[in-house]
Amino acid sequence: MKTIRTVFLKEVKDNFRDRRTLVSALLMGPLFGPILFAFVINLSVKQSLSSADEALDLPVIGSDYAPNLMTYLESNNITIVDGPPTRDDAINSVGNGEHDVVLVIPETFGEHLSEMTPATVEVITDQANTQAERETRRATRTLRAYNQELAAMRLTARGVNPVIMRPLNVDEVDVSTPSGRSAILLGMLSYFFIFALLTGGMNLAIDATAGERERGSLEPLLCLPVKRDHLIYGKIFATCLFMAISLSLSLICFHFTLKFMPLQELGMTPNFGSLVVLMAFLLLVPFALVGASLMTLVASFTKSFKEAQTWVSVVLLAPTMPILVVSILMVRPSTALMFIPSLSQHLLLVGLIKNEALNWLHVVVSVGGTLAIGAVLTWICARLYRREGLLG
Amino acid sequence: MIRVTDLRKSFGDVKAVQGVSFNADDGKITGLLGPNGAGKSTTLRTLYTVLKPDSGTATIDGVDVVTDSLAARARIGSLPHGSGLYPHLTARENIAYYARLYEMPPDTIDAAVQTVIDQLDINDFADRRTKGFSQGQRTKVSLARALVHGPQNILLDEPSNGLDVMATRSLRERIRELKAAGKCVLFSSHVMQEVAALCDEIVIIAAGQVALHDTTDGIRRATGCDDLEEAFVKAIGMVEPVS
Repeated sequence: MKTIRTVFLKEVKDNFRDRRTLVSALLMGPLFGPILFAFVINLSVKQSLSSADEALDLPVIGSDYAPNLMTYLESNNITIVDGPPTRDDAINSVGNGEHDVVLVIPETFGEHLSEMTPATVEVITDQANTQAERETRRATRTLRAYNQELAAMRLTARGVNPVIMRPLNVDEVDVSTPSGRSAILLGMLSYFFIFALLTGGMNLAIDATAGERERGSLEPLLCLPVKRDHLIYGKIFATCLFMAISLSLSLICFHFTLKFMPLQELGMTPNFGSLVVLMAFLLLVPFALVGASLMTLVASFTKSFKEAQTWVSVVLLAPTMPILVVSILMVRPSTALMFIPSLSQHLLLVGLIKNEALNWLHVVVSVGGTLAIGAVLTWICARLYRREGLLG
Repeated sequence: MIRVTDLRKSFGDVKAVQGVSFNADDGKITGLLGPNGAGKSTTLRTLYTVLKPDSGTATIDGVDVVTDSLAARARIGSLPHGSGLYPHLTARENIAYYARLYEMPPDTIDAAVQTVIDQLDINDFADRRTKGFSQGQRTKVSLARALVHGPQNILLDEPSNGLDVMATRSLRERIRELKAAGKCVLFSSHVMQEVAALCDEIVIIAAGQVALHDTTDGIRRATGCDDLEEAFVKAIGMVEPVS
């Protein structure tokens, strides 16, 4: 116990003096998340707010054949610009990305209209181009509205109420709360926090293993009358402390910066008050043991500081995997999932931000399961430290 | 007092030590002399229990290094080859860290650290961070760190490597002081002159075996060479490499 404390205190003191550790623990992790998040939020706010009001430039071929339609489009804030000379040119220009969407009106348009047969208009677009999707949707929506309007006029002219054309009135009722909506975006947060937590301890984990070996300070350390297990426990706990510091700084940083992000404009009111910050810390901090032992384990296998950095960086990405899979599959939280570290923290945190009541069984399984896995990894580290080959 | 009996250690196909036996007594300086790759470091590493021997035994003050390695380690102070310090800690903190790990009583640590700092003459740079220390300064701090708990047996693996003349001389003096205090000092080197200048007993190791174990004069007699370097070369030649 005494050895563990001595090693722990020394590693903490040593690393508080190491600029590399301080930068990664106190600056990189806590600041990277909020800055990136603020950037993404502002970008999406700008995009979603601007799109409806902004005039859309729509290249049209054969605009002369449909003057009324052109007027209608312009009254819907769509600016008609001259398109490519021919339909083939239009297809090429959309294919190579010069235009996002081109409207083609054939010569026969007016003829069909007056004969009351369906008049074809072509919307040329590239479905694979996601950027063009919004503009295409806006163009087709406006065309469909024009279609409805013409149909209604024709029916009215024949003394028929156009309402009969709408046997169904489909009304979508959105039950998502503002907090719930924010959860989608704020779900990203959990990864930022786990990232901050891991970067906080990364340098220490490497320094205490591969770094110590490279410096030549490991061999004299192993000559001391102390159990190797205790040395490694002290190092892992010191790593945990730095991870916890980095995590708490990151949480506090978000607590303050979220106030300055225009989330309300996106219809979000994230629940990230002081109490949530505290709960989030308590839910996430058990992951530090998994992170610290995993990094120590990985770094123990490597020959040098540089090599360790490469491999430990992989550990930074590992926790994204379960979060990513679950985000894609839209899995609901279940007790079984709470056994998976990083995923259970993610799910609990999302629930917390959504202002949902905590499922205490889930909390217990998450904390207990994560700590148990961390303990197993720590034990494996200790086994590894007993090897002779440790000195390389 | 260190006793090594028929020690053997292989790394894969490489037979590093093939039956080394010798004694190192208290109040004497014993030199482990041999060319590079002779098995000096492997022997010392077995003694400070970083390596486990394949066969044979070694005891420190009668304590077996394999079966009771923790107790054996408590009886030695060791300076492994290329010992590193913690660059962000001061020399004093480096030494104190080891004192705590030796589990010295907390209230005696400061005084013990100051004592070795005085003994090794490192007061000038004791409170500087060790980053950027010269090789001589680093060796002194490493040695202080190994001696802070006052061990009876001292193991030094090529301690004079990279030291200049002045630093080497002061290191020799420290080693003589340890001898005068009745300690058992075992140190390795590949420089005959150094070993001859310092040691009471010389164990010449070549190809993982003991070629000769004697005093300086004894080695001169056994090899029939007056010149020590000649004697060394001749002694190494006595061992037939076993493949």
